[in-house]
Amino acid sequence: MTSKSERIFDVLVVGAGPAGLAAATSAARAGARTAIVDAGVVPGGQYWRHPAPNERGVSAAEVAHLHHDLATYRRLVAGLAAAAQFSQHHVWTVTRDRDGFVVHVVDRTGGGERAAELRSRRLILAPGAYDRQIPFPGWDLPGVMTAGGVQALLKGHGVVAGQRVLVAGTGPFLLPVAAGLAESGASVVGVHEAGSPLAWLRELGAVIRNVGKLGEGASYARVLARRRIPVHTRSVVVSADGTDAVERVTIMRLDHRGRVVPGSERTMAVDVLAVGWGFTPQLELPLALGCATRVDVDGSLVCEVDDEQRSSVEGVFVAGEACGVGGAALATVEGEIAGTVAAGAASVAPRLRRSRAALRRFAQAMHRSHPVPAGWVDRLSDDTTVCRCEEVPFGALRSMQQDLDAHDGRSAKMLTRAGMGYCQARTCGYAVGCILGQEASRTSGFAERPVSSPLTLGALATSSPAEHDSPAS
Amino acid sequence: MTSQPHFSFDGSQIPFRPGQSVGAALTAAGVRSWRSTRRGGRPRGLFCGIGVCFDCLVVVDGRPNERACLRLAEPGMEVSTQEGTGHGDLEV
Repeated sequence: MTSKSERIFDVLVVGAGPAGLAAATSAARAGARTAIVDAGVVPGGQYWRHPAPNERGVSAAEVAHLHHDLATYRRLVAGLAAAAQFSQHHVWTVTRDRDGFVVHVVDRTGGGERAAELRSRRLILAPGAYDRQIPFPGWDLPGVMTAGGVQALLKGHGVVAGQRVLVAGTGPFLLPVAAGLAESGASVVGVHEAGSPLAWLRELGAVIRNVGKLGEGASYARVLARRRIPVHTRSVVVSADGTDAVERVTIMRLDHRGRVVPGSERTMAVDVLAVGWGFTPQLELPLALGCATRVDVDGSLVCEVDDEQRSSVEGVFVAGEACGVGGAALATVEGEIAGTVAAGAASVAPRLRRSRAALRRFAQAMHRSHPVPAGWVDRLSDDTTVCRCEEVPFGALRSMQQDLDAHDGRSAKMLTRAGMGYCQARTCGYAVGCILGQEASRTSGFAERPVSSPLTLGALATSSPAEHDSPAS
Repeated sequence: MTSQPHFSFDGSQIPFRPGQSVGAALTAAGVRSWRSTRRGGRPRGLFCGIGVCFDCLVVVDGRPNERACLRLAEPGMEVSTQEGTGHGDLEV
């Protein structure tokens, strides 16, 4: 096997979520020598996350009811047979060389840590996204989790995060999370969506072109209705409290302008709060390669791509959430286009282009209908943690701005250490940008991470060509 | 039926199903936190659950800073709460 790894792939895909799976399958089908590298144990990414296979473990069948469109997943995974698969390989950086690109990975199979390198002429980056968070008093208590984290426990491990769960934030993703919890035995005390149901009425054009997406949301809504789980719109979580873990959550109503209605506080006992405010694309690798970016409708920094998913860097394609958060269906289409073109195909099927256009329109309608409600910064007190890793309170950022007249991300890092800790601003980057009054394009310093996945110097010192774990030719 | 595998956490035995992460098994056992922060000594556990936030750092077989959400549980593993950096022995 080792000798095969010395070769240069035609197309290397980073990420095995919907976009990456579609990209690798399409590239391999088009005849390219294809590799796919992913941090997960099994392909699927976050959307199609599956348990690590073990005859005594959680079976795929046990979590099947949590999934949507498994037929597509199975078709794409079957298509990987023609590609070299590197699972539990974390890409920590990508560099260029004479023949194309060198993908530097940490092989974490079996709990180990071995640095290795893979070479490819072209790259398709499909790094996906993670839940966007905004701070509020008490959000650092154990039991306050991201909605995606709660979902990952269910889909990947068959574990229900808590007994009494409140789901809050904004966006259609809250519904499957709540439905999955309820169907797995948790008592869901309510879904608190900050957006207004009326917002979608302004987006009928996008909705009509995407009836399938509507059906997916409706199926989760039916589960919630059947179980009498209240779904509140224009409702926002303002605080969590408890001694050593979350015990209570306070929510408030929002008026039509997205401001909290004074006196509308309601406090509920919970042991888990699942919260998410849309998603933040993972841009470390595109930024490391110098790919051009733009700010999307939802305020996220995303990659610029052309009609064929090419980034501004020759030989680098980007697909999925990294070029605009839009969900699995859009990511799959973008991946198929990227894989086909990267493999050298002369043209892209018109149906793929049409499908992408309609799904992108839907994604933009979604972003406009589910904004992060303004005013959350006003609810922070000086001692509210903003950067969880470095334990930087809001007061430190406020006084930096007031006393030192410093308002940029670099100053925030240097003067308060916000964004300087373990997670390198992945969690607080969006919030710090908002607090400083900077849009994402001005705080890209919070998205640039030369080392995109941690590794020890010991592992780095023994770097060698990687061995893949699939019997591909 | 054979007995379920276990790992130890701060001296107690935590059962798990093969393929589950350390963090998932601890959550299923009702454990909410397994780290205290470096400055405030505050408890932390799973937050993002997917390897992004590093809040769930834990000591596994004497090695600190393992992400409990990513590290798969293994029988006989010794897991312990991470105090601060997990390198208390290096502090002066």
